[in-house]
Formats: sequence, structure tokens, C-alpha cells
Amino acid sequence: MTTLLEVKDLVKYYPVYSRGIFTKKAIGKVHAVDHVSFTVDVGETVGLVGESGCGKTTTGKLILNLEKPTSGQIFFEGKDVISTFNKGSREEQLQLRRKMQMVFQNPYASLDPRMTVFDIISEPFKIHKHIPSSEWKQKVYDLLELVGLEAYHAERYPHEFSGGQRQRICIARAIAVDPKFIIADEPVSSLDVSIRAQILNLMTDLQKKLGISYLYISHDLSSVRQISKRVIVMYLGEIVETGPTEKHFDHPIHPYTRALISAVPIPDPTRKMDIILLPGEVPSPINPPTGCRFHPRCQYATSKCSQEKPALEKVDLDHYVACHYSSKFM
Amino acid sequence: MSLLEIRDLKTYFFTEAGVVKALDGISFNVEKGCTVGLVGESGSGKSVTAQSVLRIVPKPGKTISGQVIFDGEELLSKSEGEMRKYRGKKISLIFQDPTSSLNPVFTIGNQLADIVIQHDKVKKDAALEQVIKTLKLVKLPDPEEALRRYPHQFSGGMKQRICIARALLLNPALLFADEPTTNLDVTIQAQIISLLMDLQKTMGMTLVMITHDMGIVTQMCKCVVVLYAGNVMEIGDISDIFKEPHPYTESLLKAVPRLDQTRQLITIPGNIPNLINPPTGCRFHPRCQYADEECKKTLPPLADVGNGHFVSCHRWFGLRRG
Repeated sequence: MTTLLEVKDLVKYYPVYSRGIFTKKAIGKVHAVDHVSFTVDVGETVGLVGESGCGKTTTGKLILNLEKPTSGQIFFEGKDVISTFNKGSREEQLQLRRKMQMVFQNPYASLDPRMTVFDIISEPFKIHKHIPSSEWKQKVYDLLELVGLEAYHAERYPHEFSGGQRQRICIARAIAVDPKFIIADEPVSSLDVSIRAQILNLMTDLQKKLGISYLYISHDLSSVRQISKRVIVMYLGEIVETGPTEKHFDHPIHPYTRALISAVPIPDPTRKMDIILLPGEVPSPINPPTGCRFHPRCQYATSKCSQEKPALEKVDLDHYVACHYSSKFM
Repeated sequence: MSLLEIRDLKTYFFTEAGVVKALDGISFNVEKGCTVGLVGESGSGKSVTAQSVLRIVPKPGKTISGQVIFDGEELLSKSEGEMRKYRGKKISLIFQDPTSSLNPVFTIGNQLADIVIQHDKVKKDAALEQVIKTLKLVKLPDPEEALRRYPHQFSGGMKQRICIARALLLNPALLFADEPTTNLDVTIQAQIISLLMDLQKTMGMTLVMITHDMGIVTQMCKCVVVLYAGNVMEIGDISDIFKEPHPYTESLLKAVPRLDQTRQLITIPGNIPNLINPPTGCRFHPRCQYADEECKKTLPPLADVGNGHFVSCHRWFGLRRG
């Protein structure tokens, strides 16, 4: 498989200030994303999971240059994304934007209430000018049909739609520019249970029809299993484990991943849960723990874990774990 | 013996757009010492059920008919003064969002002690002692220190622990937990679930767990009530419901991704109905794959199919026992 997106050593720190009346002094930094590297192949869905504050949304925003990274490199089809957005011409930037799109978490907040669905979906045409204006109407109708809506919906306003339908509009807007890559940031978490499956199936169908790659960001592990081929688990700004979905969920290795997976309630009365309860809560990313960031909550932690940071090491084909004792858990 | 009996309860919201039939004649029992799951999607009426029992339905909502019998006493005919003795003291509620259900301008000690002082007419010192005892019960680290702190100084999981402590302060017989883990992370959710299960066991409390997550219900509850669009679809033991489900429960289970298997999701077509003009007959018929003419015309009664399993469906016998 050819690599579509490559993220190398991506870092994002947010400075924390102590504010006096006239002074502003940096007193620390939030380690939002800390040396994260991964790849996404053509036509593949990669799931990015973790709890709130682990840096998964920030990673997504960094890739699309909605936030400026502190350091690191991002390549899209071999092209340096960061330098294109920093120094490239507007033409080059637009070209890159057309290839990478985003679907946001809350479809109630990400659609302009004063625009009709036609205006919303045709707005990318105005910016990218890749379709002559005489064809806009037909293209909007085609897109609506593609996401399971009807042509007559184009004249309506967002408030006339349910959450699931709004998310369909958001998806139509994202695919209006024929992107190769879509970052979907918790696209189903604000939807009703019976509607979630509709959106997940729609995303899978579109992938088959249009060959789009997804980075699926979510805290809901069950939906990640449903949609992605590979999974990346983040904890406090770092990747702790990455591997093929099924292997990952059936045989997790990293103690954090194992606790995370054991904590998801399974709707089957014949399967009793065996929860690995983690003590405490995710520590502050301003002063993250030394060594392995998970060590204060890990029941297997030794003094080595509090001193040395474990590297992300290969344990199996395409399966990487950042734990000093990964061989013990295999 | 049933601690709570709900009989043909109807709660409507009289809005300008029309009358929203949020609860349209629901009936079920909650046995003493049991954990009952109240499952449904948004708009199914699960939160309104808890509000109707406590008689705190927000305007323009109103319970127009039915009976709520708690411990042998009918609650809907009680005066407001008598009702206050029930709220918090005998029946308590944990809200979904711990951040917005704690008062940001009072310390934890003050707002929790207030409840004890109001109900038990004790001095503040005694009240604070009771608060510390309860905060220890919910395993809040350093409870004495917590009394002096404000809600914003706690994380989401800790705030939810404080909310649980608040609900347990007066030792209620019945506790409604309204989606207590929806805003929390998975590992914190696991902590709160195991805390609730422990408390239920040690205190012998009756717990009604309101949730949309079939997984949580399966792991926590023995008995389940499934709601859809203001009607009870089925009531029964969790294992019976999985074995011989109502068509709605069946489609819901097929539409939810599962962590332990990869499979094709079968979607439920359409959307949740508008409750101003709910569908005629069975409320689920427009989205039901088995629906026939009868389902469109008449509302199926909640029929006893044995072993305490009640199902409201015309087609159920043909499908499961036929």
C-alpha cells in the first residue's frame, strides 16, 4: 500500500502564562502532542483513540494546519504540509486543502444556521473554483444523493434537519472538493444510538465508492473497531500502542490499552465484564509524569518505568507498543 | 415487594407548537433492592419518567394522569409540602452533567451540608460530619479538604462522585441515576459504574439506571425497561430480552457497534418520531421491518409472555414463538 499521509515526530506545546497586571510570564507548557509519528495509507481508515485531553483532536488539527505545530513534519503524498502552509503560494495551499477535509463532532454547531444547504455545500466551489458555476446545482444534487439525502433538501436550512441528517450535510460538504483524506473528529458521538450506525455505514460506503482515507478520531472504542483497519491509542500526548484493529482489540498489550478495552461495557449478558480499574485520573499535561507517562496509574510499574521513557517498539507485524515490559503481556 | 409502581403515567409538554406526549401511558414496577435499567434513545421519555416520579417536571410539562405508588403511598396526590419530604430524603436523583448540577459559587461543604440541615434540622457541625462520611463512601480522596473547595477545582469524575454523595446524603431508599457516565471518559465511567454497583450492594439501595448504552445496562442491571417515543416497548430480565427481544430492542442491538466483534451494522431506517404527532398504533411501526396493517392501526398492549417478560408488540408471538 502506498502511504498517503506521514506524520513524523509531531510536537505541540501550548505555553501557560502567569498573568500580572503588566507582565505576562510563561511558567510552563501544556504537552498536548508529544513526538507523535504515524502513517495513513491510501484508502485506509485509521482510528485515533484516547481519553479527553490525550491530544487526539489537536493531532487532527495540526495535520490540517488549523493549529501550528511546535515542531515535527507532516507529509501528504510526499509533499511537506507545514512548509506549504507557511511559505507556499495561495494556489499551492488551496490545492492541499482540497485534498484534506474535516468532519466535526457537533453537526449542530458546524453548519451556519443562516445558509441553506445549497449554500453550505456549494461554498467550497466558490473558493476552489474547480467546478463551473453552471454545474453547481447538479453537483450539489449529486452530493446530496450520495450521502442519502434528497435534492429538495437543498433549499432548506440546517435547523430543519435532525442530527443524523445534519451530519450527512457536513459529510457532503467535506466531499464536495473530492478530497483524498478526511479527518472525522468524533462524527457520531453527538448522535442517537440508532442513528450512529447509519453514519458509520455511510462513511464506509463513501470510502468504497470514492477511495477516501479517514483518520477517525474517537473515544468510543466500539465504533473505532467497527470502522477502522488500524488503531492508534494515545495517552497524555503520546502514542502508547498502535496495530491492526482486530489484533489490537482482541489481544491488547500495553497496560493502558488493556484497561481501556476492559472498561467498555459489552451488550451481551453471557459475557461478564472483567474491568481493570485504573486508580486516579489522567495527570495534568502541564507537568506530565517522568519516564512512562502512564506509570503512576499502572499496576505493573517499576522504578525503571518512572525513570526511562519506553520507546514505541515493534512486537509483531505492524504492531508497536511503548512499554518496557511488553514481552511480559504478550 | 415493589418499592415503586408506575401505573399508566402520562406526562405531556404543552408547547406553542403543540402538545408533546413525552410519556404516553407507561407502567412498570421497581422491586426493592434491585437495579433496574431504563433504556431508550433521546426523546424516549427516560428522564421525564424520573422527573415525573419526583414531580419536578419543568414547565410547560405536566403529569396529567396516572399513578406513582412509592412504598405504598400515592405520590401524585400529595401536597407540595409533603412531596418535599420525599425528594432527596426517600427518592434521590443523580443528574447527567455534574458540571452544571453543582452550584459554582458555594463550596462543596456548604452546598452539601445545606441539604442535611434542611431535611434533618441539625447543626452545621453535625451536617458536615455527615457530608464527610458520605464523601468517604464515594471514595473521594481527602474529603475534609474537599469541603473547602469549589466545584471548578475538581475533575469531571470527581464532580460526579460529589454528585453521587449529594444524592446519598440522606440515605434514600430509591436512587435514579440519569445517564451518570455520559460525559465521562471510558476509564472514569468504569470507576463510577463499579462505585454505583458497590454502593447498591452495601447499602441495599434500589437503583434505577437511566441510560442509552445497552452495554452499561447489560453489565449493571438484572431487569430492564425499554422505552421508545414515550411508550414502554418491553420489560424483562436482561437475558430474556437478549434471547427473545422486541423488534425495536432487536434492531437497536444490531445497530450498535460492539467491541468484541466486527460485523456489518444493520441500521434502523428513519428518525425518532416527532412526539407532537406520534405515529398511530405501535409507535415503532414506521421503522419496524416486521410491521403490518395491524401495527399501524392499534397500539399493542403490554402482554405477559412469561417469566416476568412483558412485550408490547403484535408480531412478537409470531416471530419468537411461531
